[in-house]
Amino acid sequence: MHDDNEHEVRVLASVSDLTAAYGELVVIDGVSLEVHPREILAIIGGSGSGKTTLLKHFIGLLKPANGTVELFEQNWWELDEIEREKLLKKIGVMFQNGALLGSKTLATNIAIPIEQHTSLPQSVIDRVVSLKLHQVGLEGADDRMPSELSGGMRKRASLARALALDPQLLFCDEPSAGLDPVTSSLLDQLLLRLRKELGLSIVVVTHEIASIKRIADRIAYLENGKMVFSGTLEEALKCEIESVEQFFRTGGL
Amino acid sequence: MAEARDSVELTATESGFQLTGSLLHGDASWLSDLTRRIGASDLTSIELDLAEVTAIDSIGAALLKELASRAKSQSKEIALINASEEVETALAHYAYKKVRQGSEGKSTDGITAIEEWFSKLWISGGHMLILISESVYWSIVGIWNRKGHRPGAAQAQALKIGVGALPVVLTVAFLIGVVLALQAAVQLRQFGANIYVADLVCISMAREMGPLMTAIILAGRSGAAIAAEISTMNVTEETDALVVMGIRPIRYIVVPKILGITLTIPLLSILATVVGISGGLVASIGALDITPQSFILEAKTALFLKDIITGQIKSLIFAWLIVICAAFFGFRASGGPEGVGRATTSAVVASIFAVIVADALLGLLFYA
Repeated sequence: MHDDNEHEVRVLASVSDLTAAYGELVVIDGVSLEVHPREILAIIGGSGSGKTTLLKHFIGLLKPANGTVELFEQNWWELDEIEREKLLKKIGVMFQNGALLGSKTLATNIAIPIEQHTSLPQSVIDRVVSLKLHQVGLEGADDRMPSELSGGMRKRASLARALALDPQLLFCDEPSAGLDPVTSSLLDQLLLRLRKELGLSIVVVTHEIASIKRIADRIAYLENGKMVFSGTLEEALKCEIESVEQFFRTGGL
Repeated sequence: MAEARDSVELTATESGFQLTGSLLHGDASWLSDLTRRIGASDLTSIELDLAEVTAIDSIGAALLKELASRAKSQSKEIALINASEEVETALAHYAYKKVRQGSEGKSTDGITAIEEWFSKLWISGGHMLILISESVYWSIVGIWNRKGHRPGAAQAQALKIGVGALPVVLTVAFLIGVVLALQAAVQLRQFGANIYVADLVCISMAREMGPLMTAIILAGRSGAAIAAEISTMNVTEETDALVVMGIRPIRYIVVPKILGITLTIPLLSILATVVGISGGLVASIGALDITPQSFILEAKTALFLKDIITGQIKSLIFAWLIVICAAFFGFRASGGPEGVGRATTSAVVASIFAVIVADALLGLLFYA
């Protein structure tokens, strides 16, 4: 799926000096952040710190009040529809509650992006769908409806859909929220394996300390819409910023 | 309840008042009494003795605060004294500084309100135009290019919207035909013009009732379903998911519905017209002593092709209005299950309204 003549990008996604507001309420205030190849970046922070809003800016769902958003070194808001569609094929997004189309079976849900962006015959699409379901450990669940799945299965199905077009960059909004520790850990291992085997870059929005510890190469800590820290977990544990310290201390690290 | 609800007693002291009892369970009966007595008293700084207060809860604490602020408005100070340690701790626990200022803080003058209303209308109008232009563009493109919505989606919608509505639409149309004939006959009989029942039923069914009743039933049935579906998808981030998969929600969700309804509503409304006319025929035979032959002969002279064609044009426009209204309110929905309910209600009301307004305008256009 990838273009052969594409030059190696150093920064897969970035926001610079991003400011976001709902009406008069400023939710994100001057955040700059880059995603590098093959890294797992965790955007962390308390509830209401603007994590999910930041993620929605990364994937072009929200238009920034100020600042720029780049995907694969192209300014998202200056692109036309066709160029945007091209970039969207290179990213996958796993939403907080899965956001699977409730009226369609799992197989159809995963087939949708493939049908829309390729002209493969149905038999090949079916094969790809089974492969994706196998990839996330849901083989045989093709014909089940999203409402028949448990929370963990729904997240994995959502992951399978995000992976449908073999993206280079994966965004996950709270992958482990609402999951038991074991399921959450299995999901993290799955993300690690995807990074290792497919060379994916992954941006994870989360507030689960255990999950951060397992997967994050780099951490960006948001507080009241400002990025107060960015660096590795070790650096975060040693840093002198009170709120960061408190976040990890109460989390048991 | 067996629980003894000990009332709060109020006694005057030298420098103020004393409260006795427990300030629990939201008993506020003492508040107005005390406010009145504070207002009547000559002292400007009043001491409220809490020594005999045995217990206090959050409502009790709020009542004391309220009392202080009422006293302040009468330019009097209240000091709480002699509170037991227990009551003191509770008061400290419930201490709060800011009280929300009702709606006073947000009150806006008339001009700002009108400005806001217009800017909202302006934005909604913009969204509506975008929705209409995208829907129209992709519907036309969608006829040839299947990419952008699932194969078979339009046919599935045609079945759901059209065939599903058949029993209701036909029943209603038949009954309308019968009622029209019976009501008209009462008037026409006075002039010995019974046979013109056929003209009346045919023309009104073909021009008005067939398309209009079909549209109103579709607005209630499919309009509500479309609005509920889209708003639920909106609320559960499904539309966001479509966007990041590079799929336009309008093209994926709305276009198959427009194609489906465009395919079926002419058929539905022509069937409704035919069944309505046969309702009139049945009523005429049964109650008005008109023979089937004479009814049909009369109908043939009364109906023109123009009536049927304008009826069909109307019904197509009604159908598009229904889908656009439902999609508009669906995509605007936010805020959980309540938002879905609101979107559905607005969609049905707006689409029925739009259908009737359009009916009036088209009536003027075709026959004035």
